[in-house]
Amino acid sequence: MNNTVDILIVGAGPAGLAAAYAASQQTDSVLVIDDNPHTGGQIWRGGPDKAPSVNAKIWFKRIQDSKLNILTNATVIDAPKINTLSINHNEVIKTITYKKLIIATGARELFLPFPGWTLPNVFGAGGLQAIVKSGLPVTNKRILVSGSGPLLLAVAAYLKQHNAKVIAVAEQAPITKLAKFTGGLLVQPAKLAQAIKLKLQTRGIKYKTSSWITSVRKENDCLVATMSVAGKKKEIECDYIANAYGLVPNLEIPQMLGCTHQPAGVFVNKNQETSVENIYAVGETTGIGGIDLALLQGQIAGYDATINTQKKVALRGAIRKAERFAIALNSTFALRDDIKQLASGDTIVCRCEDVQLSRILPCNTWREAKLQTRCGMGPCQGRICGPALNTIKGFKVSSVRPPLFPVTINQVVSEHSE
Amino acid sequence: MSEKILLTINGKSQTVAAGTSVAVAVIQAGITKFRESITGEPRAPFCGMGVCFECRLNINGQHHQRSCQILCTQGMEISTDE
Repeated sequence: MNNTVDILIVGAGPAGLAAAYAASQQTDSVLVIDDNPHTGGQIWRGGPDKAPSVNAKIWFKRIQDSKLNILTNATVIDAPKINTLSINHNEVIKTITYKKLIIATGARELFLPFPGWTLPNVFGAGGLQAIVKSGLPVTNKRILVSGSGPLLLAVAAYLKQHNAKVIAVAEQAPITKLAKFTGGLLVQPAKLAQAIKLKLQTRGIKYKTSSWITSVRKENDCLVATMSVAGKKKEIECDYIANAYGLVPNLEIPQMLGCTHQPAGVFVNKNQETSVENIYAVGETTGIGGIDLALLQGQIAGYDATINTQKKVALRGAIRKAERFAIALNSTFALRDDIKQLASGDTIVCRCEDVQLSRILPCNTWREAKLQTRCGMGPCQGRICGPALNTIKGFKVSSVRPPLFPVTINQVVSEHSE
Repeated sequence: MSEKILLTINGKSQTVAAGTSVAVAVIQAGITKFRESITGEPRAPFCGMGVCFECRLNINGQHHQRSCQILCTQGMEISTDE
């Protein structure tokens, strides 16, 4: 199967949907593809039926009304030639040719290794939320939420709403930084209202600052987390752990396409254009900035790609405000060094190939670690241990190689025999 | 969400609500070990969003499927024999 479209958008989260909506005002030839079973990305995971906010409902309605072409369960695996992507859609490989591409691949969670992080029932923070959104009941489950970032509060509120017993939220950032951040919200009433709402929803849940998990062990059917709570050692028994240290952009596709980037995101100009002609990047892919910035960037790219200059320029003021919020966010939740030193020598860092930290320590680069230990060479292709080693060892994760996700030989053969 | 889906997990019948992911169906079946890592550790869903590959299973005879990204369908055959 072959397709040709004017505007191809990869990612149906807020940034991608906003781009699609903006572009669809000028052209009918817009296609959105997404790896997930529904639109909405991670923050609006589950699509229109599970829209978590008024804003999400408004955007899903706009998308519905614009009658966009959307392919879910569609994973980008290759860029076989210029202006062309290969995708795996429900186990069939298809080729799509575009005039302009908008990358809105969002972010994943940053996971850092600590003893016990590979045990079943230790999840990501947004990870556990995503699983609950996919149908897992958590009624009366004792859950410890920990790590860093504003997502922890949102996850705790969500789990509580679903009748879980959230034991505590452990945030590694110190209270001093958080106070400064909350103060800064006063100039942005919408953000303040959101923060207060979250705080209320999580009422009754302990919020511990300067606190983190140092290790986890399994005891009978429970998990026991050893914690450092404001400098004091403490043990907490629970059923599930929801733990993550913030977000990192999904850079595999822009990397494959040669877009200039750094670990924090793809470089874009004020029109959201990347260093590669006809390719835009929007949302968390360009740096962790939150949903408001993602929606604005998406629209700007959608308007720019369809030469709708007037509407694009009208968004400039709003975007500067959203950018200031992103900067404050990233400095507030900067990771302390303790978090980067939790793994011991025998802690597995690469979960696919079971590579322990002691084997990686003698390596000086990501490439050397791959060659010497197979670190980053399993099915996830370094998506988990890459950012972890970038954070704890300063490795620069380079060179993605298609297929970006595993495909079977049969699928590849059938693509070429068509 | 009242529609029910009937499927099998390791040969045993299981009923789940429509919209449930395969990963959740397997957890609900009481299975905590989705796969064995290359050094023999039990592993289970972790990232929840199709990135880490810890939840991979055999679905309808196809190996290495990311069960957190796939919704249950009628008659699906799931096994954790990886």
